[in-house]
Amino acid sequence: MAYRSGDSPPSVPHRVVVTGTGILTAHGCGWRVNADAAREGRVSLKPVTLFDVTQQRVGTAGQVDLPENLPPHRLPARILSRMDRGSHLLLHAAHEAISTAGWTEETLPVPLCLGTSAGAMSLGEAFHRRTLALPGNRGGQTTRALFYQTHTQSVLAARAFGITGPVTLLSNACASGANAIGHAFQLLRRGQAERALAGGYDALCRLVFAGFDSLKALSTTRPRPFDSGRDGLALGEGAGLMALETLEHATARGARILGEITGYGASTDLHHLTQPDPEGGAAFDSMTQACRMAGIGAGEIDYLNSHGTGTPLNDSAEGRAIQRWAGGKVGTIAVSSTKGGMGHLLGGAGAVEAVISLMALYENFLPPNVSVESADAVCTFPLVLKPESRQLNAVLTNSFGFGGSNATLVFRKNPAL
Amino acid sequence: MSHRITIAGAGAVSSAGWGVESLWRAVEAGAPLPSEALPHPSGDPGLARSVRRVPRPDPRPAFLAHPRLRRASAISHFAAAAALEAVGPEHLATIRNGTLRTGIVCSLLNGSVNYSARFHAEVLKDPATASPMLFPETVFNAPASHVAALLGITAPITTVLGDTAQFFPAVEIAIQWLLDDVVDTCLVIGVEEADWLTAEALALLAPGAVLSEGAGALYLEKNGPGPLVAAVHGPCPVLSGRTAAAVRLFGDIIPSAEMLLITDRSGDSATDAPTAAAVGAWPGPQSHPRLVLGESLGAAAALQSVLAVKSLTSGSHSSVLAAATGGNMQAAALELHFPGH
Repeated sequence: MAYRSGDSPPSVPHRVVVTGTGILTAHGCGWRVNADAAREGRVSLKPVTLFDVTQQRVGTAGQVDLPENLPPHRLPARILSRMDRGSHLLLHAAHEAISTAGWTEETLPVPLCLGTSAGAMSLGEAFHRRTLALPGNRGGQTTRALFYQTHTQSVLAARAFGITGPVTLLSNACASGANAIGHAFQLLRRGQAERALAGGYDALCRLVFAGFDSLKALSTTRPRPFDSGRDGLALGEGAGLMALETLEHATARGARILGEITGYGASTDLHHLTQPDPEGGAAFDSMTQACRMAGIGAGEIDYLNSHGTGTPLNDSAEGRAIQRWAGGKVGTIAVSSTKGGMGHLLGGAGAVEAVISLMALYENFLPPNVSVESADAVCTFPLVLKPESRQLNAVLTNSFGFGGSNATLVFRKNPAL
Repeated sequence: MSHRITIAGAGAVSSAGWGVESLWRAVEAGAPLPSEALPHPSGDPGLARSVRRVPRPDPRPAFLAHPRLRRASAISHFAAAAALEAVGPEHLATIRNGTLRTGIVCSLLNGSVNYSARFHAEVLKDPATASPMLFPETVFNAPASHVAALLGITAPITTVLGDTAQFFPAVEIAIQWLLDDVVDTCLVIGVEEADWLTAEALALLAPGAVLSEGAGALYLEKNGPGPLVAAVHGPCPVLSGRTAAAVRLFGDIIPSAEMLLITDRSGDSATDAPTAAAVGAWPGPQSHPRLVLGESLGAAAALQSVLAVKSLTSGSHSSVLAAATGGNMQAAALELHFPGH
């Protein structure tokens, strides 16, 4: 991506399409099982068995049942044995995205843009535990120190699939995955690459689980975004990736086009490190920016996949932002959160939910918002409560994170359809 | 429309002190700064690690009283100080009154390790009583978020993770935001804080280097009077070894006898070898600030870049290349020219 003074973006940006996706969540591995789960409103939360949760207020999450075998890759066994759980999640999703895109070359000279929040935190925890328990004993510590570094996960993912382009790793808490897709989208728009692999991932780990519990952000009942009695979120884990191409490149090679990314917006909420502006000002800004770039009005969005964590503060702030952004069209935009079924995937959330939004767009359905008994008064928009088939032409997905990082992506139907 | 990207300001916090001037004087003097022993949590003196810490500021800067920074970790204090110095009072006013859309690209490797270790220690002891005050400060993007709150920035901000060369690709992200008109000006910050765990990790991975900490910040604008960003070279991914990546990087660079090269030499022979091999017989002068300051990981390339700016604005040189070969991700470099060069 070298820059030289005098470089300038093209006068007409390239159009960017999605030609492949990869997804792994508590629902399962791959497009079909996740699309079916999203369409049905399946709940896949289960007891956490990866670490001790007996002293926490909450013991369930969207824990992934990792497939028994890794997909084909080029990493040696000694590397595999040292990799953390997040890296495994990433490899599964990356392989599916590359293979469904039909990228069959031995070497892929494409940028890899990823987002994560916790990275390989479980290895950092292990390094710390070891040094406290066995001071001066260095057994395995060099490996943990190397593989804990978050960018090592990305570098290994690139090596696993012959990706030779530059690697960019963004960490903007729960907006990370959406930011990574947005970053790759911008690279292609301005002609810095013809293809890119982008997305996000995060694995469950004890530190983060205890952290959200310490904030009393985890639901002690069941997560039910936009319900008037909601009491928090469930954490989840997984990965979502997208193979992106310029429309020219995808068309020239006859690729199947799943949809087009037409808008990306990002903004910063200064209200508080962990709490959103109650009026959702920055959320409004990111949605407005994304739609402006997409060249569409709120009334043309058929489905909005909300950040919708299920915490009292997030959902009311996002709801107000949606009301303001949609204006008089608020009654026409179907809205749901898909976190109630698989949990909040943190750095992976924005990317996984972008894939789910694309599934809805491609297969023409509205993913229901599970577990709602009584919708919050902020829901002046139609909250999707039951599975429904509907012709969709444009969808929008929101991701908001700690630190005030807000991101919005807009997708439209394959321009050829 | 084509724009020139220029540096409107630079800021630094380093083991030499708070501010660009103390950094400049220490590197000009060339003597390694003193280090201190960082004790192991067990208290075993044999396990203490040598570290070059940022000295306590005296007097304590007023901005540390900002509500966001009162309880924040040192990494956020360093980032804020470097950012404020880079922006300067005049630009700060235009950012805060909304005249300028200013972005932030924050680059780091390790993040808020002190609060992460403290919080994790509490979790190990009793997760039910772990502090909700500590946990939010452990996220990688906390420093960027605090700087945004301090400066009143609502435009996009992002935190990018990578090895010790990551600051240079971070500069390129900022440049693209400027060229795409996403922002009017952009801060690029490289920052890191030291703790015993990081010192232990560095001792395992690069035993010849001394851990340090700090922050460097560049404030970028379009078509200003300051030093010109002539190029961001790379990143050249580490695919078949660090030396190969460094050689590819320097293969694209045209050296000259007038160009100052600011290297990433840290004192660890294995870590230093790739850049040294790729540089070969550099025809111009060289500077090795990490030998003076220590290895500050995500901040190190940022401090090299700040020194590059200072070399130009002080009139010492007319063109400067700051370069680094990271541990396992990439080799990259930033080339700056004095206007009119």
